[in-house]
Amino acid sequence: MLNALARLGRLGLYAIARLGRGHLLLFAMIEGLPSLAARPRLLVAQVYNVGVLSVLIVVVSGLFVGMVLGLQGHYVLSQFGAAESLGVMVAASLVRELGPVVTALLVAGRAGSALAAEIGLMKATEQLSGLEMMAVDPIKRILTPRFFGGLIAMPILAAMFSAVGALGGYFVGVGLLGVDDGAFWSQMQSKIDLREDIVNGVIKSLVFGWVVTWIALFEGYDANPTSEGVSQATTRAVVHAALAVLCLDFVLTALMFGD
Amino acid sequence: MDSGERRLEEAGDDILVRIRGLTFSRGDQRVFDGVDMDIPSGKVTAVMGPSGTGKTTLLKLIGGQLRPEAGRVEVAGQDVHALSKGDLYRLRTRMGMLFQSGALLTDLNVFDNVAYPLREHTRLPESMIHKLVLIKLEAVGLRGARDLMPNELSGGMARRVALARAIALDPMMIMYDEPFTGQDPISMGVLVKLIRQLNDASRLTSIVVSHDVVDTTSIADYLYVIAGGQVMARGTPSEIRATSSEWVSQFMEGLPDGPVHFHYPAPELERDLMGVG
Repeated sequence: MLNALARLGRLGLYAIARLGRGHLLLFAMIEGLPSLAARPRLLVAQVYNVGVLSVLIVVVSGLFVGMVLGLQGHYVLSQFGAAESLGVMVAASLVRELGPVVTALLVAGRAGSALAAEIGLMKATEQLSGLEMMAVDPIKRILTPRFFGGLIAMPILAAMFSAVGALGGYFVGVGLLGVDDGAFWSQMQSKIDLREDIVNGVIKSLVFGWVVTWIALFEGYDANPTSEGVSQATTRAVVHAALAVLCLDFVLTALMFGD
Repeated sequence: MDSGERRLEEAGDDILVRIRGLTFSRGDQRVFDGVDMDIPSGKVTAVMGPSGTGKTTLLKLIGGQLRPEAGRVEVAGQDVHALSKGDLYRLRTRMGMLFQSGALLTDLNVFDNVAYPLREHTRLPESMIHKLVLIKLEAVGLRGARDLMPNELSGGMARRVALARAIALDPMMIMYDEPFTGQDPISMGVLVKLIRQLNDASRLTSIVVSHDVVDTTSIADYLYVIAGGQVMARGTPSEIRATSSEWVSQFMEGLPDGPVHFHYPAPELERDLMGVG
């Protein structure tokens, strides 16, 4: 019993210590923003790494998610004679929820794991120490551009996901299931609200971009500098980021759309 | 002033790195316990000792990457651990370090790796950086490898590129972390020659951390042997070889048995085999 309590206490202390280190890293990354402004090319390179290299997986996933929404939505709506509302249902689902959330999960899997592995390996191969000894701050030079690159890329990727998803829903709903073309788009246009739906979706994806890249970079930076340590950090980065995204999605949805 | 420092100063040597009462622990293990050391300016000083005695840790303490629990490390008269981050980084531009793995940036080619500190810390035009990098690469014999990526280099070549990068800003001292580990005889010979040549040609101060007795003593002007958190011996290579300490003799001669036993402590073999007790 006492042993179990001691173990629980140790786990708690370990988690608090990690949380503390994570926040110190976050502040140090934000502190590097002025030096990043002086070297915008570093930021562009990371928007490319996190964003452009994730476009394919995001677009393909968005297309299929939109198509599934078209099928499922049509099945439910047609039972109430409201199949013409398919457009608004697909768009609202994508813009409010699936766009930001699924994109964040995909980015956590593709770019988050890559970031954690890259930083962990740089630590294991003494590249970060090497930079320090060359009087170059590795947090400002390596981590800050990646953090803000992820932050910028996430809402753009989520917007692409939603746009392609809407097209997927259109192909299935209008092309295959015979929903009226005009009704599909006009209902979507009239019912989707800029402030309520789109801005809230963008806020969500900004928060997810922040959390996913922060967790990935912290896991890499905090990894044991061994091959086992890097592999564990990569796994933790994806698992923790995915859990954080889903938990935060509930909190944000409750704040934004709860009555 | 302790006897080691007095002897170095009597020999007319300035002290570039002065370590006093250095105490450092990792977890429960005491790595250094009140260590005093003096690294003379313009010389090759080797720090030797068995694996796991904290030789790399010593370099990280000198470079300010780790903080000691107690004691002082002065480099060029500045207390490394009392400096602000800005002052520490300014001091580091005058220190080079060659890591065991080379620590080259894997997404940059050889040329850009060597150019990196120049681009970070100087406002030289690209044409001047180009010339400087070629001069540094020529010094380590790898001018022709400028376009290769780090994963295309052998271990020895990677260390030579890292050495070119370490001397890019013409530092006052270079710290070598196990430069000979895992090298074939030719690479080893090249590195030994380079360390000595660079030290003499550029009037650098070199600190070589190694457990390779033969090659290290062949280039070192002054030696420290450390073990168990203490300095076991100090002096010129010939003085160390002539030591009366059995432990130092065992280490220098590479004898399998002596004060450090071949067998890890264990119960008697007969008892173990017969399963008694």
